[in-house]
Amino acid sequence: MKELLRKLTTIAAPSGREEPVRTFIAAEIQDYCDELKVDTLGNLIAIKRGGGTKIQFAAHMDEIGIIVTTIDEKGFLRFGNIGGISPHRLIAQRVRFKDGTIGVIGSEKVDDLKDLTLEKLYIDIGAASEAEAKTKVGVGEIAAFDRDFADLGQRVVAKALDNRAGCAVLIEALKRVEKPQNDLYCTFTVQEEVGLRGARTSAFGIEPDLGIALDVTGTGDTPEAPKLAMKLGGGAAIKIKDSYLITHPLVKDLLTELAEQHGIPYQYEVLPFGGTDAGAIHLTKAGIPSGVISIPCRYLHSPSEMLDLNDLEAAVRLVVATMEHPITL
Amino acid sequence: MQPETLLEQLTNAVGPSGREDRAAQIIVDFFTTGEGQSWITELHRDRLGNIMLRKKGGGANPPRLMLAAHLDEIGLIVSAIEDGFLRFSPIGGIDQRVLLGQEVIVHSREDLPGIIGAKPPHLQQPDERKKAVKLEEMTIDLGLSPERVAALVQVGDTITIKRDCCALKNNVYAGKAMDDRAGVVALVECLRRLKNFNHQAEVVAVVTVQEELGVRGAFVSSFGLNPDLGLAVDVTHGEMPGLADYEGFKLGQGPVIVTGPQVHPLIFEKLTAAAEAGKIKYQVEAEVTPRGTDAYAIQVAQAGVASGLLSIPLRYMHTSVETLALDDLKETGRLLAEFSMAVDDAFLEGLKCY
Amino acid sequence: MLLKELSELNGVSSRETPVRHFIRDRIGGKVDSISTDRLGNLIALKGQTKKGPKIMLSAHMDEVGLMVVGIDPSGLLKIKTVGGIDERVLISKRVLVGPKQIPGVIGAKPIHLQEREERQNPMKISALFVDVGATDRSDAEKDVKIGDLIAFDVKAEAFGDGLFKGKALDDRAGCAVLLDLIENQYDLPLAFAFTVQEEVGLRGATVAAFGLNPDLAFVVETTSAGDVPPLKNHQASTRLGQGPAISFMDHAIIVNPALVEQLVAVAEEAGIAYQFRQATSGGTEAGVINQARTGVPAAVISIPCRYIHSPVSVLNLDDFAQTIKLLDAVLRKIEQRGLPV
Repeated sequence: MKELLRKLTTIAAPSGREEPVRTFIAAEIQDYCDELKVDTLGNLIAIKRGGGTKIQFAAHMDEIGIIVTTIDEKGFLRFGNIGGISPHRLIAQRVRFKDGTIGVIGSEKVDDLKDLTLEKLYIDIGAASEAEAKTKVGVGEIAAFDRDFADLGQRVVAKALDNRAGCAVLIEALKRVEKPQNDLYCTFTVQEEVGLRGARTSAFGIEPDLGIALDVTGTGDTPEAPKLAMKLGGGAAIKIKDSYLITHPLVKDLLTELAEQHGIPYQYEVLPFGGTDAGAIHLTKAGIPSGVISIPCRYLHSPSEMLDLNDLEAAVRLVVATMEHPITL
Repeated sequence: MQPETLLEQLTNAVGPSGREDRAAQIIVDFFTTGEGQSWITELHRDRLGNIMLRKKGGGANPPRLMLAAHLDEIGLIVSAIEDGFLRFSPIGGIDQRVLLGQEVIVHSREDLPGIIGAKPPHLQQPDERKKAVKLEEMTIDLGLSPERVAALVQVGDTITIKRDCCALKNNVYAGKAMDDRAGVVALVECLRRLKNFNHQAEVVAVVTVQEELGVRGAFVSSFGLNPDLGLAVDVTHGEMPGLADYEGFKLGQGPVIVTGPQVHPLIFEKLTAAAEAGKIKYQVEAEVTPRGTDAYAIQVAQAGVASGLLSIPLRYMHTSVETLALDDLKETGRLLAEFSMAVDDAFLEGLKCY
Repeated sequence: MLLKELSELNGVSSRETPVRHFIRDRIGGKVDSISTDRLGNLIALKGQTKKGPKIMLSAHMDEVGLMVVGIDPSGLLKIKTVGGIDERVLISKRVLVGPKQIPGVIGAKPIHLQEREERQNPMKISALFVDVGATDRSDAEKDVKIGDLIAFDVKAEAFGDGLFKGKALDDRAGCAVLLDLIENQYDLPLAFAFTVQEEVGLRGATVAAFGLNPDLAFVVETTSAGDVPPLKNHQASTRLGQGPAISFMDHAIIVNPALVEQLVAVAEEAGIAYQFRQATSGGTEAGVINQARTGVPAAVISIPCRYIHSPVSVLNLDDFAQTIKLLDAVLRKIEQRGLPV
């Protein structure tokens, strides 16, 4: 799975520009599903039928990034954010455009770091003039963080573990599941980072009986961290609440039972901020009982997110267990 | 059952957003085995837990009227356990300043009493006392050893404020969760009044869930019902010192009929006409935004619903001592019934005439 | 002049009736059907029998304004804003109150009676009031009710060098564009949606899109032109005189890049000046339309406009004309080639 994760995180595909990662994922799973399609917003939907309850699994393919809004007379680029990016996390970071052009994020002078906003930042692609810059990058072009995958053994560091980790889990689960006991709609969704948009429209089309998102969650296991219960190595996190969802009790109980039954390490999660695709799925049409299996992850929304491969494996096992369990609601 | 008895039972019950079941059971029992069972045709719970109380209307194609009041209360949730003390996070909009020194109940394997402890003044720095204590700095003390806590409590257990409803002078009542269990009791009152009437509209009173988290129950219940018209019944601010006179409404002067973007102009007119005809005292509130109540969701269900909003004046909203006048609650129920009885095909037709 | 007439109609969010009636009267006989839905959106269908993708064209009828939230014993009206208005633009303006359009003024403490320091701080809206000349509350109540909506009282007209000023150009200019296009015949099924309550949360478009379920949507809006000092070049977002603005993304939508490419290609082929909207903040109806049901490809084309959401905004009449041209060219291209995505 490490290799799969390395390939997935290397792809640059911020919200609205998911094509490269969609193509990669489609190739990975095409032999493991009955039907593969792409809907209006670009969600990749892999259907694997086992009869019975219709479950929508959702893992978002998009990552956070930036979009170029102006090129100035000196060849510097101004930009907007795609998804939640804190300006403080951007200074001196590198971004990479589609054709491989690298840029460095610089900042205007600020007296107090508290006054730092996105408007005070710019991207330097080393162009000597406006004309030169325009040969490399256009207005409206997007870029993702540029950072290599680092293998620390049991733990890995990469950009876009949010949410290529979730994608990796779903891909691996599709490969491992032998006898699905439910109708599985495995959706690799778009535009989660800008408002759960792909999940919303895909759930409307699929209208599942049950929804389970696969995403990352924060941890409280670093020095003087916010008081979160989740930690790396604590197993698959069964989400109870975040800002967009209170997990349906049926789903919480189901996932807990399956984890206990199969001896899968798990932990409960309460996240005081943020949301996942399940936030949109559960409010679709007349309501869909939903939950989330989360992978704990440090340094979220930075170019160096970190997770523990044991947690990833636990998540895969829990997803497979759910797929192979004849669910009655 | 007297409305004040139901109000007391309901507001004392446990039911934070997303975990409304205990409070819901009171309503379900009332309408399946209790005196309410003859007031309705059908009771149905949808997948998120909204309770639909349906009373059928007359004729082949009766207009469908949805009435909504939310059952959930704001609360807290265990987010971490630290040496036997509980860290917590809010469910819904809690003013962190009301928490200090509050008694709570932690709903774990058993209901456990706890205290949100406040550092005594003796141990504080002089300037500490000038600032509000942040929620992240608070803990719940269960008075148990860390081992006992670990055995009983889990991350994700919900917590509610310990408060019993009490009667003050002049039929004024104070308790937790009046927002919006008072509205729920008003719906029950409405159904009680309708029981002997044949009205044209099919009336579906929906006791919604998770309103405090963004009117979530209302979104899915209104999509599922796809009503022709819908009224939300919620609470609004009761007058008190520090509020301009248009920001707070008098207790005992009747329900507040709201006008604003989330209210169809003809529904506003119909509500005021019904109040006048029924000699129901009422007040008027102007709202500049459609946000803040179940009406926000009902109005944009599917291809659009003609919506309205009635509010019960309530002092000290989102504290555990929310205070209202019982008469306002009863009159709100009466106005809902008068309105329901006045809805007919002709009125429905007119709603698209702009 | 159409733009002038539309600008001077009063239709603050949720009370768009004068605008709705004006538009309805104007398009009668030019379309297959006209209807209003439960929220008050005006929907005109044209080309119902034509084959091809069903295209929704949307512009909102409502404008930002104020609402009467209370009446003082003295007869002065207490107000709050409806939609996003910078409260600092309110002092010392003329308004029209309620369906009877009662004239009023937004008054405040005169300068002579203020302390020097007071003048440094903006007046909070709770300190402002509308004076309709009433002697007391009951006198005011003869003409005004709580909940009445209040629009700015501004006469619209051309000025400067090919510019036009007036209130509510956001989004009467968009409505005017649709009213021009609605005169043409296209070989496509078109749905013209004149929507309500955009300014208080994109409410009308949400239900209109669900009801219409189109294959493609274009939203015609106005967008901030910041080509005035002290804004720097990269903060302007759009500029007057450089043509309609095409958005890559805003707060509510990431426009499908293929759709943006198509719009650019059409503009270049037809020799229409265009610019890109630089800001990525602010949401338009395209966002909620994009999210309707199983998703609808949507784009925003905006007329640059200075001083949006204030009593007097300014656009360039040539930008306005080019916007009509661009949309017409886009529809012609879809007639020939089908859906661009």
